[in-house]
Amino acid sequence: MSSGRALPLNSAAGASGQRLLRYTLAERVNHWIATLSYIYLLLTGLAFWSPYLFWLVIFSGGGPTARFWHPWVGLLFTASVLYMYALWRGDMLLTPADLVWRRSLLNYIRNEDENLPPVGRFNMGQKQFFWLMLGGGILLALSGFGLWFADALPWSLRYLRYLAIFLHVVFALATIGGFIIHVYMGTAVVRGGFTSIIRGEVSAGWARLHHRLWYDQVTGGSPRKK
Amino acid sequence: MSQATLRIQKMSGHAGPVPGEGTQRELQVCKLIDVTTCIGCKACEVACLEWNGLPYRETMFENTYQTMPDTAWNFWNVIKFNEYERPDGSLMWLMRKDQCMHCAEPGCLAACPADAAIVQYANGVVDFQQDHCIGCGYCISGCPFNIPKFNSATKKVFKCTLCSDRISEGLEPACIKACPSGCLHFGTKDDMKELAEKRAGQLRDHFGFANAGVYDPPGVGGTGVIYVLHDATNPEEYGGLPKNPTIPWVVKLWKGPVKWLGNLAIAGGIIAVTLHYLRYGAKTVKEDNRAEGGQP
Repeated sequence: MSSGRALPLNSAAGASGQRLLRYTLAERVNHWIATLSYIYLLLTGLAFWSPYLFWLVIFSGGGPTARFWHPWVGLLFTASVLYMYALWRGDMLLTPADLVWRRSLLNYIRNEDENLPPVGRFNMGQKQFFWLMLGGGILLALSGFGLWFADALPWSLRYLRYLAIFLHVVFALATIGGFIIHVYMGTAVVRGGFTSIIRGEVSAGWARLHHRLWYDQVTGGSPRKK
Repeated sequence: MSQATLRIQKMSGHAGPVPGEGTQRELQVCKLIDVTTCIGCKACEVACLEWNGLPYRETMFENTYQTMPDTAWNFWNVIKFNEYERPDGSLMWLMRKDQCMHCAEPGCLAACPADAAIVQYANGVVDFQQDHCIGCGYCISGCPFNIPKFNSATKKVFKCTLCSDRISEGLEPACIKACPSGCLHFGTKDDMKELAEKRAGQLRDHFGFANAGVYDPPGVGGTGVIYVLHDATNPEEYGGLPKNPTIPWVVKLWKGPVKWLGNLAIAGGIIAVTLHYLRYGAKTVKEDNRAEGGQP
């Protein structure tokens, strides 16, 4: 199910400058729709979360405007994670190899990547983040309807509204945790990751280091048995 | 009200006591509703609409003496009607004026995220400030009495103000002024509490209502609207008056421990990734291994 193919691009960089297409344009565009909508939801959501952060509504035109757009942007976010599911579900399934990789998680955290077993297009952390955002996106949307139309539920069903508030808060916090790690990993730690989701390409060395099985697959190299 | 804080306490060069000193024993105001003398005339409903200039709203007839099922954004005060069958088989018509209870610990205010959209005055009145309201509807979930009502056109929430504009000028609320049977009273919380207890005692001692009592629920810290009920052990029969109203558990959890755990988790996450970067930094990719299968 892996998409992506070897591209003999950027030959000026020499023989080692082979670039591989890691994310298609559709994947990139969808990722940035999810990113920008999530950041909007995060800023407005945090404003509604704490009085000490209520000032954040200035970025979205004030409280009533933020409250008006938050659910609509939420629908956009959920739609984009659902499309992401359609694009990536095959690559995102947890495999037995991921469980092996997980035993070396400390090596990954300490940047001792040479001690890690090879992984496919996504590593276990990326997969877990994907499922967190997919599940979170769906549950935040479902519970969000209970908050969006708070007055539509009759008094006898008020417990549904209470449940909706609780789920919305808990899953918002869970996705914030994932988001912090994802942004940190994608920009500061895994250099090249950020440009890959913008321009879609990674270097061959990057692919070999971080996603060896995927590298073998897209370059037609002999896949190492593991 | 704000004027109360400007009441003169001491005066320079003045002969004798400060004028007006001691005339106000306490600031807390209270509405007392004696349901045992309510005749269900709806004068209070009309007075409320008139004083507050609320637009016309169609009423409903559902074979009861009730104007509509619940309060609405433009109908802040409704007489709840219930035909109650007593254990001995006789009937009672229970009429209860339903409106905002002006809780001492308001669930709406606890749930509201918008700065100063809900305030509680020093006199105990809980008031919505629609110009600060963002229309999120959290107050609807915070209220244990089903009072705040959303106007989907203006995206603002409305409810009874206890006529804060009238009582700040020393007038009684419009509903109190209109009541012809004298079942509505207005005064300080202490006075109303005393009057209510006296009336409940009268009902117990002289009218055979052994369970008569005062409804001033402690779960919300007491209310700025109190009831005298024939049967205080069974408030639900009075159009669903909750027996022990409290701020919903979800609001307490969400604005209490969940908020602190969440804040700690967010701050902890940011600190953790910063420390990780300072200790381990970025992952480095060596691009020099040209041969296929070379060690990265």
